[in-house]
Amino acid sequence: MKKRDLICIACPSGCRLHAEWRGTFEDLNITGNRCPRGAAYAGRELRNPARIVTAVVRSSSAEHPWLPVRTDRELPKPLIDALLNRLYRMRVEIPVSRGDVLIENFENSSVNVIFSSTTTR
Amino acid sequence: MIQEEKYEVAVIGAGAAGLCAATVCASAGRNTLVVDREEHPGGILRQCIHSGFGLRYFKEELTGPEYAERVAEKAERAGVRFRFGTTVVSIRREENGMLAITALSAAEGVRIIRADALILAMGCRERSRGNLAVPGSRPAGVFTAGAAQRLLNIEGILPGKKAVIAGSGDIGLIMARRLTWAGIRVEAVVEIMPYPAGLTRNIVQCLDDFHIPLLLEHSLVNILGHGRVEAVEVAPLSRGVPVTERKFRIDCDTVLFSVGLIPENELSAEAGVELNPATGGPLVDSSYETGVPGIFACGNVLHVHDLADFVSEEAEHAARMVLRRLDGSSGGSGQFPVRVESNLKYVVPNRFLPGCGTRFAFRSLIVCDDGVLEAEQNGKILLSKRFSCVRPAEMLTLELPGSLLKEPGELRFRLRKGEEI
Amino acid sequence: MIYDVAVIGAGVSGASTAWRLSRYQLHTVLLEWRSDVGFGVSKANSGIVHAGFHHPLSTLKARLEIRGNLMFEALQHELGFPFRRTGILVAAFSREEMVTVHKLYEQGIANGVPGMEMCGRERLLQLEKKLNPEVVGGCFAPGGGTIEPYRYVFSLVESATRNGVCLKCDFEVAEASRAEDVWRIRSSSGAEVRARYVVNAAGLFADRVSGIFGAEEFTIRPRKGEEYLLDRSSAARPERVVFPVPGAHSKGVLVIPTAEGTTMIGPTSDAVDDKFDTAASAEQMQRILSHVRNLIPGVSPRDLITSFAGLRPVMDNEDFYIALSEKAPAFVQVAGIQSPGLTASPAIGEYVKDLLKSAGLPLLEKVHFAVELAPRHEVRHESPAALDRLHSGNPAWTHIVCRCEKISEAEIVEAVRKGHTTLDGVKFYTRAGMGRCQGGFCAARIMRIISRETGIPMEELTKKGGNSRLAAGRLGDLPVNTAEVRGGEGA
Repeated sequence: MKKRDLICIACPSGCRLHAEWRGTFEDLNITGNRCPRGAAYAGRELRNPARIVTAVVRSSSAEHPWLPVRTDRELPKPLIDALLNRLYRMRVEIPVSRGDVLIENFENSSVNVIFSSTTTR
Repeated sequence: MIQEEKYEVAVIGAGAAGLCAATVCASAGRNTLVVDREEHPGGILRQCIHSGFGLRYFKEELTGPEYAERVAEKAERAGVRFRFGTTVVSIRREENGMLAITALSAAEGVRIIRADALILAMGCRERSRGNLAVPGSRPAGVFTAGAAQRLLNIEGILPGKKAVIAGSGDIGLIMARRLTWAGIRVEAVVEIMPYPAGLTRNIVQCLDDFHIPLLLEHSLVNILGHGRVEAVEVAPLSRGVPVTERKFRIDCDTVLFSVGLIPENELSAEAGVELNPATGGPLVDSSYETGVPGIFACGNVLHVHDLADFVSEEAEHAARMVLRRLDGSSGGSGQFPVRVESNLKYVVPNRFLPGCGTRFAFRSLIVCDDGVLEAEQNGKILLSKRFSCVRPAEMLTLELPGSLLKEPGELRFRLRKGEEI
Repeated sequence: MIYDVAVIGAGVSGASTAWRLSRYQLHTVLLEWRSDVGFGVSKANSGIVHAGFHHPLSTLKARLEIRGNLMFEALQHELGFPFRRTGILVAAFSREEMVTVHKLYEQGIANGVPGMEMCGRERLLQLEKKLNPEVVGGCFAPGGGTIEPYRYVFSLVESATRNGVCLKCDFEVAEASRAEDVWRIRSSSGAEVRARYVVNAAGLFADRVSGIFGAEEFTIRPRKGEEYLLDRSSAARPERVVFPVPGAHSKGVLVIPTAEGTTMIGPTSDAVDDKFDTAASAEQMQRILSHVRNLIPGVSPRDLITSFAGLRPVMDNEDFYIALSEKAPAFVQVAGIQSPGLTASPAIGEYVKDLLKSAGLPLLEKVHFAVELAPRHEVRHESPAALDRLHSGNPAWTHIVCRCEKISEAEIVEAVRKGHTTLDGVKFYTRAGMGRCQGGFCAARIMRIISRETGIPMEELTKKGGNSRLAAGRLGDLPVNTAEVRGGEGA
């Protein structure tokens, strides 16, 4: 039996999770979570840890020289550095709207990068 | 000519508190104005580009700018009027009871804005190195966490290459990840307390993810460097006092301070609003009205919250109280004092009205995994509530229904560790 | 171009000398090795205009102090820096201390200090209500006051340059030679200035400069003073400058109601070895707090907004050394200008001018000398109606950038256009960033304005010149490689 203690980051409550499993994750048993998102987080964290990534990208606006962006869902951790390095090299033209897609399906992860604010000038 | 104008409700500050309070007032048909010194709504949320906002209030995970835009759009739809780029320089209550604010803006010069009710929603500022009198020289490269956040997220400027963060408040933790994600090496986070000041999830995703050391019970005892920071000296603490014989040096070019927030009440104090030394915010009654009739307060200017969602909720609640006052309900008369006893730093609000349900917010002074919060009045326990995780970083709330709060007399709250019962 | 006079050092002494010389038909150059004027010893001064009872008339510093004190009204009228004659009191807490107070009083009378008064307990408490009621007595000199030292230096230099003095910052004197009655002064970066006369007002480094010119050998020893600043809302702010009974080497730790509304406590007085050691320490803060709480019990560490330290340039005999060099020709020493150097500075300028004259410098007054600087507007001191008028001329007057001190964009632009292009330069010229948040909110905004006005990219701006860069570059300049950080699994 394998065991691991985790702290859930799905919300600010910070539930202390306890995970137990055998060879594969098929029999994964999670305790300590106060909501279903805790179990989902632990499962994902053990199989393929991923994070929401936020950053800023250079823009053509004089007033807002950098615009905030984020991934629309958790990006697998091994891809985060590559995404950030790519974002810092980009320059985008305004106007942009909140939710507009900047990068689609980054490295076939099916994760998109979207703008998190609307900038018109 | 100095221009003058009049509203039913004026709100100072267009952060989460001001926008949410204004939305409630305007939705009820009140002529409502929000004044903010920035050119855009959202306040500090605009530079908080990380996610983690809105899980309670919008039931989805948002970044700071998204949260800000969403609450601003709600305010616009409700018909709130805005004056951006406008700094309030004074507030006073005129003899006829009208509240008058003097505001400056590049667009319109000097403007006197009068209102029947004024909501303070100016938020808070960061404690700085100077407030703590951290020893050492005064080189470039020393920032508050929020100032560094603005440089990186709004201006795209790297504050340095190698950083030490003093204090484990949430902004400091968030900045540890932000710096790392900008290619800056974070050498350590130094915290004087035996437990972190920020939320647990932020320890996990901002420090543990990157193996950034968290030095608990350590203190920054010296900053070295002439032009730019060259290093810091850190010492372990023994009973709160640095053990200087065991101090060690960490080379770095940047020091961020995340050592607490102070509600910004200089304007309030000048207007005669009495402040609570425990919160740094105004003393308010159960209507969130300060000691100056017609002036209300909510959000971080009242007490520092750990989540923007809680700020929005409190602001909406306070605004509903403002509406009741505008509708002619009586003010603070007939209210009774509220106090905190053991293990609690403060309670908000500071007075209550018998028969009127009230939500109280608290800060704990202790860390425990099983806490019981009790409300007592006239020797009777009115209500007790269990909390599985009590941390000074996390606000506690307790709702007392009007049916329990019937009697006059002082109301007292205390926090006990579960096993003591 | 051969200048008539080169003044080395743009602190209070050099600045008042240059300003004094600007009244005459001379070509004067003011050389400063830092990026802005007053950024050495003067910047960290306590800002006291002393009354003149602390030192005997046998010393040069006492004579210049008394003369200088009397000159400040006229100077303020002409130059417009913040200055108030708050009065100075010395508070004694024992009979032994009263013995010293009597000596100070008698010294003050002998020195001709106007209005000098011995005070009993009641009188002292009437003069300063916040004083510790355990005080037994003391003395009072109404002519003492407070001044913003850097503002004073800025205004002296501003008036001097308006009247033709040439200011060269970032000019570190490295070599000097003399030929055909002209000094040739070379900077460490290879710039060159030629002048007939030289004034050495190089503060902590006057000994080194003297050596470079082949003049007298002496040693300037730095003596550190730490100061702590309390917010303008502090309930401890007194009406007067409150001194304890002085010790052997310093006037003690004081409580100072600064001319701009904050309260300063300090300074300490400790010999140090390093002329760059301006670090503050935890021990000294505790010492200062315990000392000043004995004077004014209301002082609270909760009101602290910042701390800093300065170094006094001290000669072995503790007096000023202002004289024509006996070794180097046409060379005036202005060294050892420790306390009360700020008070004495207007008189120092005059004194140096007379020394230059005695050494043969011809002094002809200018026909057109612009006596008064144009008054500076400051939002915090203007009425709403006046602000509205300023706004109609320039909307930047009602755009507030520093919220704590209510500093407008127009004031910041004015500072930058007058050459204060570092963050500290803007701060000390305007007070932006000097308030309770210490620039937490406004520093990035000010950097944007400096960058816009000067064309210097934001990431290249400095705090105070030299290697004090505020940033390390632009986002994207550093590669993100979290996997390699600390060799862990990374993110």
